[in-house]
Amino acid sequence: MIHALHAVYRRELLAYFQTPLAYVFLAVFASAAPALAFHMGRFFDTNRADLAPLFDYMPWLLLILMPALAMRSWAEERDRGTLEFLMALPIPLWASTLGKFLAAWSVAAIALLLTVPMWIAVNYLGNPDNAAILTGYFGALLLAGGYLALGQALSATTSNQVVAFVLGTSACFLLTMTGLPIVLAVVGDSAPAAISEFIAGLSALEHYNAFRNGVIALTDVVFFVGLIAASLACAGVLIAERRGGGR
Amino acid sequence: MLVADNLVKSFETKRAVQGVSFTLEKGEVLGFLGPNGAGKTTTMRMLAGCLEPDAGIASIAGYNCVEARLEAQARLGFLPEGAPAYPAMTPRGFVKFGLRARGFRGDALSRACELAIERVRLAEAADQPIGTLSKGFKRRAALAAAIAHDPAVLILDEPTDGLDPNQKDGVRALIREMAPDKAIIISTHILEEVPAVCSRAIVIAAGKVLFDGTPHALEQKGQDGSVESAFRALTLEPEARESAA
Repeated sequence: MIHALHAVYRRELLAYFQTPLAYVFLAVFASAAPALAFHMGRFFDTNRADLAPLFDYMPWLLLILMPALAMRSWAEERDRGTLEFLMALPIPLWASTLGKFLAAWSVAAIALLLTVPMWIAVNYLGNPDNAAILTGYFGALLLAGGYLALGQALSATTSNQVVAFVLGTSACFLLTMTGLPIVLAVVGDSAPAAISEFIAGLSALEHYNAFRNGVIALTDVVFFVGLIAASLACAGVLIAERRGGGR
Repeated sequence: MLVADNLVKSFETKRAVQGVSFTLEKGEVLGFLGPNGAGKTTTMRMLAGCLEPDAGIASIAGYNCVEARLEAQARLGFLPEGAPAYPAMTPRGFVKFGLRARGFRGDALSRACELAIERVRLAEAADQPIGTLSKGFKRRAALAAAIAHDPAVLILDEPTDGLDPNQKDGVRALIREMAPDKAIIISTHILEEVPAVCSRAIVIAAGKVLFDGTPHALEQKGQDGSVESAFRALTLEPEARESAA
């Protein structure tokens, strides 16, 4: 069934580049990421040769752009009626969901690659810890994957791409915000410590921050892989449900 | 080759299909007729594995369309209602996507794709984005994707809808050409197609089979010996029939 996965992946990846979507997405990412790092992150003022200003703002950029990339995945198929064509092909559901996810994740990876000139620049300006930067990129890729998978699961709930985008952004925002001290302080005041710890453990930001600091911990990797797997499974269940319920 | 055994499907409170049964053998072309909302598309979608029946069994070449969906679908070519296709893709890319998903590679992939495009007379538009094509070309792109892998069973939901008279003739000729080697179901509102291409006709209304027989036997059901009058006689409710008169 790998041929089915490959066929879906190839079609989805081409679909991004056959429309302006991928080009607009990549252009926005390639300009917004450095802009945030230079202006908000005060890249030059820190006098440090690292990419911390880039990675600091990455979650906020990704929580807007990943749902934009994910919103079309299932909502567009439902809206155009092509879901019926797809469901009549001998493709296992896992291959459809994984193929769509991997294609979108590939576009996200290309977007991250567009920030590599900044990495080259800091190497020109000083002696950064390249292993830590590579870890940061790995974390950003996992975070992008988590947001994308969540966005695709929510895209499977509707035939309207705008609704899918709003739902995706809201879900990613919640997943990010749960790790902020302001939220934890509020929860900590009104809920038992165990609940507050559980909520903190759900925070994508907390798990991402470890990578941003140059640390790869198994728990953080498991969190993102688990988020991706659970979201894709949800998307699969939602699409499988349509076989039982119709249009 | 194809079996629908007491298929039942409901949507919320509406019973769309209520115990539809028939079998289809290789060499048969079945005209699936009925008024709008009769349950034709729902039945076809259950046979295509896009929808699971609430009760009953749909199978293709001996494979249950729910329990052995992938095996059944590997032997099926399906043209969904409205012939949906990806607008940014070209017809050639669209046909190749379906073939790749079915495991075609290399020369076999190219040969099958080119043959399908040739059979539906799509060569002149094969490399233009589907979104820019006329309705007739779009329908032929979807038809090419349905026949490209040379399936044993073809389910075509309104294959000639939106085509001009010449294109309709072309599709009917293609169906007749493929008929000896396949079991084919076509749903249509163009009743003249039934005697022209079908060896058998089924009329359904309100989710139930009202007639199953040859086109000639169907014609005998009408007052003037036409399929149209037989269709009206079978599908109009008594009171509606009176008001139509």
